[in-house]
Amino acid sequence: MLKGKKVAILGDRDGVPGLAIEECVKTAGAEVVFSTTECFV
Amino acid sequence: MDLENQRRIKELAEKHGAENLVVVLGGAEAEAAGLAAETVTAGDPTYAGPLAGVQLGLGVYHIFELKDKVDEAVYEEQVSMMEMVLDVDAIIQEVSSIREQYSQFKD
Repeated sequence: MLKGKKVAILGDRDGVPGLAIEECVKTAGAEVVFSTTECFV
Repeated sequence: MDLENQRRIKELAEKHGAENLVVVLGGAEAEAAGLAAETVTAGDPTYAGPLAGVQLGLGVYHIFELKDKVDEAVYEEQVSMMEMVLDVDAIIQEVSSIREQYSQFKD
């Protein structure tokens, strides 16, 4: 599902941060093209 | 969803092709995650940002939905703690519902 795909990550400071998601999706063969951690406060 | 992020997602979809771009969310609440999912599929529901009226139809998932797709040890280290404190079922239900309705690229 993620292998070979470009991935844009919208992390959440109060949920799962962008960097944590990056580490995960890279293991599935995805290429991270954008990653941020939003703050809804 | 942040207006600057909307602009970036729109640009990336144009650059790489909507069929090649997947958005992965880490939102703490079902409602906020659902709104972000809606924004990158059906368009900005608040009609405030660059994705207003733009139906990208992107594939969109919350990281909780990808547990079986990524390395188990890395997931455990990076994400599992938040699984214990957030309402995983509600978040997955919300994001998957939006995806079923509006995403054109789900597999």
